[in-house]
Amino acid sequence: MPDALTTARPAGPGTATAPLLSVRDLNAWYGESHILHGVTFDVRAGEVVTLLGRNGAGKTTTLRSIMGIVPRREGSIAYDGQETVRLASNRIARMGIAYCPEERGIFASLNVEENLLLPPIVRDGGLSIEQIFELFPNLKERLSSQGTKLSGGEQQMLAIGRILRTGARLLLLDEPTEGLAPVIVQQIGRTIARLKAQGFTILLVEQNFRFAATVADRHYVMDHGRVADMIPNSELGANMAKLHDYLGV
Amino acid sequence: MTEIFGVPTQALFGQLLIGLINGSFYAMLSLGLAVIFGLLNIINFTHGAQYMMGAFCAYFLLEFAGVGYWWSLLIVPMVVGITGIVVERTMLARLYKLDHLYGLLLTFGLALILQGLFTNYYGSSGLPYRIPNELTGGIDLGFMLLPKYRAWVIVASLVVCLGTWFVIERTKLGAYLRAATENRALVQAFGVNVPRMITLTYGFGVGLAALAGVMAAPIYQVNPQMGANLIIVVFAVVVIGGMGSILGAILTGFGLGIVEGLTKVFYPEASNTVIFVIMVIVLLIKPAGLFGKER
Ligand SMILES: Nc1ncnc2c1ncn2[C@@H]1O[C@H](COP(=O)(O)OP(=O)(O)OP(=O)(O)O)[C@@H](O)[C@H]1O
Ligand SMILES: [Mg+2]
Repeated sequence: MPDALTTARPAGPGTATAPLLSVRDLNAWYGESHILHGVTFDVRAGEVVTLLGRNGAGKTTTLRSIMGIVPRREGSIAYDGQETVRLASNRIARMGIAYCPEERGIFASLNVEENLLLPPIVRDGGLSIEQIFELFPNLKERLSSQGTKLSGGEQQMLAIGRILRTGARLLLLDEPTEGLAPVIVQQIGRTIARLKAQGFTILLVEQNFRFAATVADRHYVMDHGRVADMIPNSELGANMAKLHDYLGV
Repeated sequence: MTEIFGVPTQALFGQLLIGLINGSFYAMLSLGLAVIFGLLNIINFTHGAQYMMGAFCAYFLLEFAGVGYWWSLLIVPMVVGITGIVVERTMLARLYKLDHLYGLLLTFGLALILQGLFTNYYGSSGLPYRIPNELTGGIDLGFMLLPKYRAWVIVASLVVCLGTWFVIERTKLGAYLRAATENRALVQAFGVNVPRMITLTYGFGVGLAALAGVMAAPIYQVNPQMGANLIIVVFAVVVIGGMGSILGAILTGFGLGIVEGLTKVFYPEASNTVIFVIMVIVLLIKPAGLFGKER
């Protein structure tokens, strides 16, 4: 398997920038179960890209593999031209990738402020605490509450907010709208748009493709541990029938 | 002579003091066990042997290098802590993915080996370790004579315990520790070198046991079995306080020391078993321990 990124950086016509994240033939396992079977896709700097797919398609496993927290993974994951597939997750984070897990991962033994300040700064250029409060004013009111005493929406804001400080440029967000009220889904949508405007690159896992359509540039559709299709957001309308097939909605 | 409930106050305060002293050691040892268990998920059965090594290390430093008590308080925890770090890196680190039981067996085996080795070379009669000059003698409190060294042990252990509690509950470093206790993988995925943190935490817990060993040397004498006898009570303390609770370990340690002391005054026959009776009652009523969270 040739490593696409060690070859010439500028990609072909139509691609403004070389991929910031390039996943090639990624395989992943939980114990004996082989979950990802050769996942391949790219995310370019400044893009918002989604991974769509049914329950169990392997979306979370893909994010966890990029972050380096699956028990076993093979293939190539290059970030900014550097291979990461053999690095420990703390090294991967230090390169500038941050992860917001599906289950949110708010720590019960830490208060909101401690949760917010927990992830270490890995690079310059992260948001300041003030900018995070501007995005999520609710958090400011609750700083001394126990992290897990927040509402579901507030916990999601905290989970996203805390990775914005670190200076990471690639954000991996796993179903940030899952189970949240429509107003909060809208707030998270606006946040993603603002982060994109500030130059963050976002890989977003979503089940809710109506939401995905409002924020993303491109969509990869996953099925049974593989990438089955790529649909630019502008062509989403034309591909509705196909998408319904994939997602079984 | 004054009496309370038919007991001479002299005897009452004397036993209370002994209770507080024992409680100081229970607290320091169960604190280390709780910190180690919280992050490593390993019940460190070597803890008693590491406490014993602390006392021996102080004895060796004095006998062979002329290094006294005060320097030992600093050097011994580091030396024994480093042996702990070696054990963690070379052995314990291989067991985290396996069941609890393996860590328990390994640390238990290590404790037996260490105690065996020391007994082999130094027999089982105690070696004397003298109280540092600055702390000989006592303070007359009017109602009793308080030996200075014992007062020092109580104060020092309180300071060490509260200091540890403060670091864990109130600092950034402690926030990493608490977070990693809950979800190691996620803390590492934020960029924290969790394996190194685990190694240092084990080293710290072991160092705490060794520090307790140095402090115990002038009181209990230096003897290969000193840890084995104590650690059984300390495990009961940890079970009563609740595994993994820092403040619980400290409060239960001091509290049970006092309860034990009072039992010696009012019902001496039960003084050796009272802690285990309390343990059974707590396990029946609140299986996670007085300060533990149900999981
Ligand atoms: N820790 C684990 N151990 C074993 N199998 C797992 C584990 N986590 C996930 N799996 C399996 O891996 C497959 C892919 O799971 P994954 O969580 O990546 O799916 P997903 O696309 O994120 O689904 P969802 O939309 O439900 O979140 C599923 O079949 C799941 O049962
Ligand atoms: Mg998922």
